[in-house]
Amino acid sequence: MTQTRTDYRLSQLDQLEAESIHIFREVAAEFEKPVLMFSGGKDSIVMLRLAEKAFYPAKIPFSILQVDTGLDFPEVMETRDRWVSRLGVNLVVASIDDAIKNGIIPDAAKISRNRLQIPTLLNAIEENGFTAAFGGGRRDEEKARAKERVYSHRDEFGQWDPKMQRPELWSLYNGRLHEGEHMRIFPISNWTELDVWDYIGREGIEIPNIYFSHQRRVFERDGMLMSETPLNPIREGEVVEERTVRFRTCGDITLTGCVESTASTIAEIIDEVAIARKTERGATRGDDRFSEAAMEDRKKEGYF
Amino acid sequence: MGIDTTRDTTHRMDLLRFATAGSVDDGKSTLIGRLLLDSKAIFEDQLEAVEATSQSKGYDYTDLALLTDGLRSEREQGITIDVAYRYFATPNRKFIIADTPGHVQYTRNMVTGASTADLGLVLVDARQGLTEQSRRHAVILSLLRVPHLVLAVNKMDLVDFDQKVYDEIYREFTQFATKLNVPDLEVIPISALSGDNVVNRSENMPWYSGPTLMHHLEHVHVASDRDLIDARFPVQYVIRPKSDEFHDFRGYAGQVAGGVLKPGDEVVVLPSGMTSKISKIELFDQEVAEAFPPMSVTVHLEDDVDVSRGDMIARVKNAPTPSQDIDAMVCWMTTAPLQPRQKLAIKHTTRNGRALVKDIQYRLDVNTLHRDQETKELGVNEIGRVTLRTTVPLLVDPYSKNRTTGSFILIDEATGITVGAGMING
Repeated sequence: MTQTRTDYRLSQLDQLEAESIHIFREVAAEFEKPVLMFSGGKDSIVMLRLAEKAFYPAKIPFSILQVDTGLDFPEVMETRDRWVSRLGVNLVVASIDDAIKNGIIPDAAKISRNRLQIPTLLNAIEENGFTAAFGGGRRDEEKARAKERVYSHRDEFGQWDPKMQRPELWSLYNGRLHEGEHMRIFPISNWTELDVWDYIGREGIEIPNIYFSHQRRVFERDGMLMSETPLNPIREGEVVEERTVRFRTCGDITLTGCVESTASTIAEIIDEVAIARKTERGATRGDDRFSEAAMEDRKKEGYF
Repeated sequence: MGIDTTRDTTHRMDLLRFATAGSVDDGKSTLIGRLLLDSKAIFEDQLEAVEATSQSKGYDYTDLALLTDGLRSEREQGITIDVAYRYFATPNRKFIIADTPGHVQYTRNMVTGASTADLGLVLVDARQGLTEQSRRHAVILSLLRVPHLVLAVNKMDLVDFDQKVYDEIYREFTQFATKLNVPDLEVIPISALSGDNVVNRSENMPWYSGPTLMHHLEHVHVASDRDLIDARFPVQYVIRPKSDEFHDFRGYAGQVAGGVLKPGDEVVVLPSGMTSKISKIELFDQEVAEAFPPMSVTVHLEDDVDVSRGDMIARVKNAPTPSQDIDAMVCWMTTAPLQPRQKLAIKHTTRNGRALVKDIQYRLDVNTLHRDQETKELGVNEIGRVTLRTTVPLLVDPYSKNRTTGSFILIDEATGITVGAGMING
């Protein structure tokens, strides 16, 4: 049995964990068919860990859903498979290639599949009848997210209307839906990037190895270091060279850049994050750079 | 010199949630921008984006409000509409700011931000002194039982750091605060623009001997604000693994809303009134010796009593009162007014039901505290005293005693939108 805490104080990480577990249980109790959107990145792994803790020793009472862009890092998929088999959860994969083949989405014939994730995801939600979808979004990530609720309502088109958000008070969440609507749930809204790393370190849980320093053949594009891969042909003037790098986020391999780093342990990553001068998305995500409202626009359409 | 951002690796850092209220003119955005900048919570790329936007709009200085105005319509209109949450940390504490707009038409946003706050920060412009707006902010924070209040007297640089200005505002505000419920008040003279008494002690105001704003935020004692006497455990979810390994496992999952729960405690399950004893309390795969707010745990009982979501576990001799007649202060949040005989859905802890509006006793003027008993409805952003009759008994405490078991939300049954927030009297 753990030691009695005489001061009845919880560390901030314990408080965040308790709040997130509360959200998971609330959703499992009130929604007919929740699903956890899993990208394989650190935030979705922290979500899985919290879900594991919320329902232990029962299995997580909902499926996990992954949008397969066809452009995911192989290392991320391996980690995903190990988590799925350890927890014994049901995995639903929504593939962009299949969606194109089946005529659900048009073949835009562009390498950036970021936008194609949206209709693929919305189709998977509708087809499976999911009424709530957990996402790993954090409010510290981006200023449109800073105003998003924990329970974020989506209409029958999957759209988010930032002006029509429901007030969210105390820890009383309103999960009411009409036919065809669904709710996005953000159980780690109040976590920062540093909290996520602290938690991964404390819990000793597996994350994809691309988060740690490794040798990789990369080239520079738009001020970011991109992986050499047949999926992302290099352009004129771009030079491939081997560098010591790591990734701060896991996204589409053609859009997610890495940073030069020698951080090979969680503790070293935490030190690096603590002194980082750029946000994780600003530094390494091509998809957020298009305009000041890039994230807000994608969110309105139904992005994560 | 900034804030020391060296990290505490022991993970014993604690958390302070605070709400700020004010308009652009009070310098609220400048103050928040400064707190974030000085604690290194703002990154280079965010600052560069804001500098570029300020320049392209032809501003003379970097508009820090652009850091916090997240939605396109807000940037276009140059106003903050919604509650925004911001994060920063110092070695001892992590801070969550609920940044809310200050105008009267956004009272509901301020109520939302204040609902989870340990501390409320009200800004006044030293040149103008207390305004109707600053009084309203204090009233709302007091209604929401935010236990700590800070009045930041800003723009002291524009009144020559004059002690007389500060003293007058201090005197006027403490006099006003006697009408409110403010257990802890600090009045701090600052200049957000030049940084006086924000993080660093001002050399311009030697007459002020109190803490700087940052020092106060870092050290204000919030642990004792929780109710550790009256055990309250709203059951959220029943865990039944139905696996061979945990065949007979039956755990009641929830977040402790009050008091301290221990194995061996004699408890009552409400509303059924069945009694039992706590056999063990678990947090994931660990047994714990006690559970207190805001821990999320799983409670086991010795007897096989019928417990389900919406029930509450409390001590036999100290339990909330099941009641279908609710007397509460309600903040109304939607355009169509609240009227007597109206039917709404209600959510209290983990319990759902329906409510009928029996009576609107009065509307509270949040600027003057005047009780208007003539009005028989509540408009958007208005607060009033309301009596409700519910379809199921709610297991309630007065909001003044417990902010979790004393609060509820009202939901429009047709639209599904949250339309009201209630604080139970008693």
